[in-house]
Amino acid sequence: MEQVAEVQKSLREIKTRGEFLERFLKLSLGFWALFAGLLFPILAGVILLYEARLAIEKFGFIHFLTYTNWDPVQEDFGAATMIFGTVVSTLLSMLIAAPVAIGIAIFITELAPNWFKPIVSTAVELLAAIPSIIYGLWGFFILAPIMATKVEPWLQDKLGDVPLIGKLFQGAPTGVDVLTTSLVLSIMIIPFMAAVVRDAFNMVPPIMKESAYGLGATKWEVIRQVVIPYTASGIAGGLILSAGRALGETMAVTFLAGNNPQIPKSLLEPFTTITVALANQFTEADTDVYLSALYYAGLLLYLVSFTMLGIAKFMVLRLEKRWKT
Amino acid sequence: MKKVLLATAVFSGTVLALEITGAGSTFVYPIMSKWAYEYNKETGDKVNYQSIGSGGGIRQAINRTVDFGASDAPLTPEEVEKNKLLQFPVVMGAVVVTYNVPEIGKTVLNMDQKAVCDIYMGKITKWNDPYLQQLNPNVKLPDRPIVVVHRSDGSGTTWIFTNWLSKVCPEWKEKVGFGTSVKWPTGVGAKGNEGVTNYVKRSQGGIGYVEYIYAKQNNLPVARIKNREGNFVEPSVRTMQEAAKNAKWDKSKHFYEVLTDQPGKDAYPITGAVFILIPKDQPERAKKATTFFKWVFEKGDKYAQELQYIPMPENVKKLAAEYWKDNGVAP
Repeated sequence: MEQVAEVQKSLREIKTRGEFLERFLKLSLGFWALFAGLLFPILAGVILLYEARLAIEKFGFIHFLTYTNWDPVQEDFGAATMIFGTVVSTLLSMLIAAPVAIGIAIFITELAPNWFKPIVSTAVELLAAIPSIIYGLWGFFILAPIMATKVEPWLQDKLGDVPLIGKLFQGAPTGVDVLTTSLVLSIMIIPFMAAVVRDAFNMVPPIMKESAYGLGATKWEVIRQVVIPYTASGIAGGLILSAGRALGETMAVTFLAGNNPQIPKSLLEPFTTITVALANQFTEADTDVYLSALYYAGLLLYLVSFTMLGIAKFMVLRLEKRWKT
Repeated sequence: MKKVLLATAVFSGTVLALEITGAGSTFVYPIMSKWAYEYNKETGDKVNYQSIGSGGGIRQAINRTVDFGASDAPLTPEEVEKNKLLQFPVVMGAVVVTYNVPEIGKTVLNMDQKAVCDIYMGKITKWNDPYLQQLNPNVKLPDRPIVVVHRSDGSGTTWIFTNWLSKVCPEWKEKVGFGTSVKWPTGVGAKGNEGVTNYVKRSQGGIGYVEYIYAKQNNLPVARIKNREGNFVEPSVRTMQEAAKNAKWDKSKHFYEVLTDQPGKDAYPITGAVFILIPKDQPERAKKATTFFKWVFEKGDKYAQELQYIPMPENVKKLAAEYWKDNGVAP
């Protein structure tokens, strides 16, 4: 009788210990998930807001957002040029990178012979491991001179007289401008995009593709009508991830942007982005308003990335819904 | 027991070797680390200098997080007093105008105040502009657009250069002003002295301003600049010391003196000094710093010259020593 009671007791103990462990794990993991996902972003936002309060008071929101002057001497600041530069270079680089990345993914999953797939896959993934400063140096010392002496004059010659498009290629070709920056940025984000899109393509159930082939579809038809529609949300996901990277990229852009706080009138003019302005000016910001204005710009970057990623996520959700019905 | 002994030995070891911390100007970083190395070899004391930029150096000195701050631009006497600091110059450097015009190679060009100002205002846009040509009658300048290069990051170099422009060019003073970064009317920005140097080297027709050392190391042509007395002066150790000698250093103004556009027949006009900031209200920490800088003034000159910096003239060093004594922070 006693023995039974003892066994029951120890069983209860084990149960409570297990419960305790489970609860502990749940709580601690939950805390960290909450911290990383919710508290930390909020904390960062609050700190930015606090440090930027001086500039917010002085310049207001709409004014700071739309004003194009950035004059540290007069302490007169507006972030329109940087926001414009950030958004334009990100969009342009995505425009260049998306077709290439999707092409790479199609090649790896559908076209390449089996022994060749891992080689291309690894090579593309290795691109992502190159530090961004290397891209910056390469862009500045090798790509920019080629752009300045060969590519850009050629573009001006061929497209300069075309109405509307011609306007995009005016100005002295220096190689340090919107076009070169977006090009290098696109090379930097291609591996991310390609990896995600490839993984999405790999998830297409073989049976779907096989049935399409069985119905007599060509490779191109399978890719276009089965693989891509099935993975549309995956493709969009890849685009979002890389947009995040392009938005925040600093080192490479510092080398290539020309760092002029102005709204570029053509693709061949120097410009600046929020991250570049921050990296360049933070250490030497000698007055409180100046420093605060930089924090304010940082806060805007935070908001811009948030909105951009938010919009993209929303689009993915809508796409998913559409393809499910 | 053994453990305790060991702990005291380690502890006393760290106490014996003094550690002096400093932060600020990136411009003095090479010479500062050389001095720190030699000083450590001689005395065993360690100088830990972080080159975080002059703005950061000033802020850290004000917040008392370091024993000394270093800045390429002096604080005004009011700012020094308000933050209970002391300020003195420690070494000099110059900003030179360098260019890359393939047609003339390494020919030294003459530039006056108006020429440099108009180029950086975007008013002179070609190398064969009549105004530039008239300054250089013996050189055939080509019909080539000028690519203006300036710093994109905040920098003491920019401060010295724009300060000079503000002094000699009324239009610049009115429209742009001076500071560690300004709103440039024209040109492209490059990061750091290296960035400007490389950009000028790379673009045909380029013009830029860099620290003297960078032009010298890269073997770039450097313009002769017209000074206050109307002479075209080449930057050199002699012409820069000339500028410092004629400056009116004043202890009561905490050495607030900008070395640009100084009088003197051979004074190079775009010269600047690096200033050290130490806390007046914490004499113990200030003395740590002055001990190091006393050594620098006595033995540091040869290392400075090896690295193409310009040591302070003797009269200024003497004045700085008196200034320490007056304020009770003499080593």
